Amino acid sequence: MSSLVTKVKLKQIEQLVEKGRRFDDRGLMDTREIKIEQGVIEKAEGSARVFLGKTEVLVGVKVETGEPFPDTPNDGVMTVNAELVPLAHPDFEPGPPDEKSIELARVVDRGIRESHAISTEKLCIEAGKKVFVVFVDVYVLNHDGNLIDASALAAMAALMNTKIPNYEIKDDGELKIKQGYTPLPMKSHPITVTIGKINNKLVVDPGQEEESVMDSRITFAINEDGNICAIQKGGSSFFKPQQILEASKIALDKVAELRKKLNW
Amino acid sequence: MNEKSDKLIDKKGIRGDGRKADELRPVKLQVGVLPNADGSAYIEHGKNKILAAAFGPREMHPKHLAQADRMVLRCRYHMAPFSVQERKSPAPSRREVELSKVIKESLEPALFLELYPRTGVDVFIEVLQADGGTRCASITAAALAIADAGVPMKDLVVACAAGKVDDTVVLDLYDAEDKLGSADVPVACMPNLDAVTLLQMDGVLSPDEFEKAVSMAMDGCKKIYEVQKEALKTKYMVVKEVDE
Repeated sequence: MSSLVTKVKLKQIEQLVEKGRRFDDRGLMDTREIKIEQGVIEKAEGSARVFLGKTEVLVGVKVETGEPFPDTPNDGVMTVNAELVPLAHPDFEPGPPDEKSIELARVVDRGIRESHAISTEKLCIEAGKKVFVVFVDVYVLNHDGNLIDASALAAMAALMNTKIPNYEIKDDGELKIKQGYTPLPMKSHPITVTIGKINNKLVVDPGQEEESVMDSRITFAINEDGNICAIQKGGSSFFKPQQILEASKIALDKVAELRKKLNW
Repeated sequence: MNEKSDKLIDKKGIRGDGRKADELRPVKLQVGVLPNADGSAYIEHGKNKILAAAFGPREMHPKHLAQADRMVLRCRYHMAPFSVQERKSPAPSRREVELSKVIKESLEPALFLELYPRTGVDVFIEVLQADGGTRCASITAAALAIADAGVPMKDLVVACAAGKVDDTVVLDLYDAEDKLGSADVPVACMPNLDAVTLLQMDGVLSPDEFEKAVSMAMDGCKKIYEVQKEALKTKYMVVKEVDE
């Protein structure tokens, strides 16, 4: 990953963090500016473009009908897929999803799924046979670090923007799409915060250059009750148990702050 | 075992498989079980049966993946098609790809990567039977396989999960608790260094419950750590006796 960042700059980032400062003049606990645009893709049932600093993620939601999973016959289905498209960063290559994009998709998925953000029980058309399937496709358009938080925000913003078509079931059991749309039923609005560890110091919302000196990261998805609903540690180093608790407290504070700002 | 009840924990606080809340399943470990691997280990953690093998440090293939300044660790976590109730397709699922990545990242902190530039260590994990908590059992076995291969390590890595079942925080979830419980927190650590190398969670926990789950899981890790060390000693003690 460090191919684009010189060793000198990496050293500089480390030294700054040591002094409690950051390369882009943020404080260690500051999130970059967040910008959210919803409904940017008309052909999708829901969409959102999110800027987290210079990181840019576009999420499109498509809603189709399909079969439910056999163990949850009364629930609609949600799947998250992530594409690190080659135009977003010189290190991203075309081809099938690699472990980085699969991890990204699964962490975003876990935050939404475990907080029960979507009322999947309201997406059932005919129990055991037909339900709505919500496809959440994460498209990273510019990689400037912390793809997890940007993608999780964009996915939630897109879901909040999603409309499902009105329908009725005809006598012969066929589904007939009617005029008009209903908003996707939602129960919860999880917010995700990622904290990086650089030289044993914790920093919120690491940028791309910081990621290349970062030892490891830890991501928390937190719902509106202030409960934790998903965690993922990443990176090839470790956290002291004390640091994990510290990070969870930072994440809870950060999420409360973002929740106020975003009004979610 | 087939009695169906809605509760996973009975009134006396006993779980579906007879354990108390903070009790581990029995763990059996064996080192050096595969003759062709440089290092190997077999774990039975409850009904989980998992084989791990380590190869290397050796030349990287393909060569362009080698790093000039450090060793590369590669992990493959894979489940046998017959390891679960419904046959699993042998092709790697997205879950397996993610687990391979987090397992690799849980083992890396224990290795002196920078001392073996241009080389690679490959760890292959085959889950023969799964009963909840396979990623943790895999890490416990994989760390032993690497140690058995003679790769210097800062500490063994050992893993164990905690979670929430019926509003109680419990240690070491088995299959049914994993599926029906409300949260699962797998933790891997290096007990001697007091360092957490893997932490994931799904489900909903309050911050207090989370804290409790992590410390419970780490206590579980420390118990398995003793079994791990014993397994290593057992193999190499035998070699010594033959020499005498």
